[in-house]
Amino acid sequence: MAKVLMKGNEALAEAAMRCGCRFFFGYPITPQTELAAYMAKKMQKNGGTFLQAESEVAAINMVYGAAGAGARVMTSSSSPGISLKQEGISYIAGADLPCLVVNIVRGGPGLGGIQPAQSDYFQATKGGGHGDYHLLVFAPSSVQELADMTSRAFDKADEYRMPAMIMGDGMLGQMMEPVEFKDPIDPATLPEKPWATTGTGMKRKKNIINSLYLTPEELENLCIEREKRYDKIRAAEALYEEIQTEDADVIIAAYGTIARVAMSAVEAARAKGIKAGLIRPITLWPFPEKVFAKRAETAKCFLSVEMSMGQMVEDVRLSVNGKKPVYFYGRTGGMVPEQDAIVAEIEKCLKNSQAGMNY
Amino acid sequence: MEKIFERPHSLSDFVLSYCPGCTHGVINRLVAEVVDEMGLEGSTIGVCPVGCSVTAYNFFEFDMQEAAHGRAPAVATGIKRVHPDKLVFTYQGDGDLAAIGTAETIHSAARAENISIIFVNNTIYGMTGGQMAPTSLIDQVTQTTPFGRKVENQGYPIHVSEMVSTLKGACYVERVSVDSVPNIRKTKAAIRKAFECQMAGKGFSLVEVLSSCPTNWGMSPVEALERIRTEMMPEFPLGVYKDCTETGGVR
Ligand SMILES: Cc1ncc(C[n+]2csc(CCOP(=O)(O)OP(=O)(O)O)c2C)c(N)n1
Ligand code: SF4
Ligand SMILES: [Mg+2]
Repeated sequence: MAKVLMKGNEALAEAAMRCGCRFFFGYPITPQTELAAYMAKKMQKNGGTFLQAESEVAAINMVYGAAGAGARVMTSSSSPGISLKQEGISYIAGADLPCLVVNIVRGGPGLGGIQPAQSDYFQATKGGGHGDYHLLVFAPSSVQELADMTSRAFDKADEYRMPAMIMGDGMLGQMMEPVEFKDPIDPATLPEKPWATTGTGMKRKKNIINSLYLTPEELENLCIEREKRYDKIRAAEALYEEIQTEDADVIIAAYGTIARVAMSAVEAARAKGIKAGLIRPITLWPFPEKVFAKRAETAKCFLSVEMSMGQMVEDVRLSVNGKKPVYFYGRTGGMVPEQDAIVAEIEKCLKNSQAGMNY
Repeated sequence: MEKIFERPHSLSDFVLSYCPGCTHGVINRLVAEVVDEMGLEGSTIGVCPVGCSVTAYNFFEFDMQEAAHGRAPAVATGIKRVHPDKLVFTYQGDGDLAAIGTAETIHSAARAENISIIFVNNTIYGMTGGQMAPTSLIDQVTQTTPFGRKVENQGYPIHVSEMVSTLKGACYVERVSVDSVPNIRKTKAAIRKAFECQMAGKGFSLVEVLSSCPTNWGMSPVEALERIRTEMMPEFPLGVYKDCTETGGVR
């Protein structure tokens, strides 16, 4: 297919339908509006269901029902709505159901603001709901990657029988860029889900979708089984991009929208003679730990740049494991770190690391 | 020898977890009998949320989904949209349906969602040990209303059938009881009518069943059935609150 110019939110919706998603349940919230609107317009023509639920709580439970019934299904929202969905997400994880949840993050806490932010990183990667569970979390940084990660998220959710999340922000959602889509697939050609509640048809034993286990041994065993699956995912599914890290003294860690600014900052720093580089995690869970551990051998220090008060920086520190100092620079509440400010931070942390200062 | 009575095929041989004398078991059985009689065992998907019937996925012998507290109508909506030709029902208590899940209940009815709700009203939170429910009667003593439910503090019980019947999307709404054999038969007929309403594509149906909780009411099973008649029925009159099944339904 030829490239088309499209908004991020719409490209995500288009990609979802092309990879066989025929069920969307949501509740309006800025800044993911265009995604739902696009779905509302196109889903019916595709023979699917678009349903505006009475709340995010209802929407995610509709997703639970549809996922348990064997459908490729998604919901989208933004931070306050994602908080409401956490109950359902925990149940979905507990019942081992695949689905896609999109969070077009806005500033928080509380009602916060509607401008782009990355302050839901903890919620997404450390289990926003209750219990021992993880989501697959993808953090694209371009419209093309939004489209690509959407179909990957659905496929991986099916493969590992778990919920996946795409984290974007209003900037990425509203940004127009050229994007090339894969050819649409027929949902009937997706892999079978023999565990789904589809009606037994008197051909098999009954299926149960459930997260309740009243015997502690049974519940523990299930959590252990799930953790083994998570270990496999940690080993196989981490995605990242590295830019000029080979010889870098300072390595920036940045994902999503702000990675784009960080990339220009790396170039600006190089122009000034500073050896800067960038590691851009594309999956936030699993976190690409190994590349950070590897680069910790050669780099002098790391700088996590985020649109938050410092959340991913904790994972960078865990990965670097004390080998080199890890610094943080961020703006939040809808404010976006600027290139010059990042370059200044790069210079500062290089100086501080040489002086042995840790902060 | 000819078998003249047996367990419905839609009921497993799992030992029911209900207290002795609890009428949840009767209602489970009625649902299973109707599914059997309609020949829908292979095309039914049930949803049981939190409450004393949360493990009903063990009791019913067809596909089941357990749901979070109050969310069964949303879960059933998701299932029904994927499998519009299947029988999809929820089995919910009063705390589940009329407190934490009020929004899901009202909106699935308003959407004329083609699902059926079996609503077990026992005026109490059975599973958690007998707290006040939205349907608890005035002066009813519960763990959280030790001096009785008072209007000044807790207001009035919710009348679900009356409320839901005002919604255009509701096709069939009836309140029944399982306090006696004649009423049990009427309950079964109501469940059948609700399921037929759904299979004919006529829209949302809700059967409210007045049920006993001898354990948390602090009564013998027989006294508990008597309470349904003397205390619950005056507050929650039995009867058909809405019936559009004779016409084309509400969809
Ligand atoms: C979110 C959430 N809050 C509270 C509970 C605890 N809880 C379990 S069952 C129940 C009440 C059930 O009462 P009802 O719906 O009337 O069903 P019954 O047991 O009486 O049949 C509550 C509050 C829960 N499981 N989940
Ligand atoms: S607690 Fe009440 S409602 Fe629950 S099983 Fe026992 S008697 Fe029945
Ligand atoms: Mg109850």
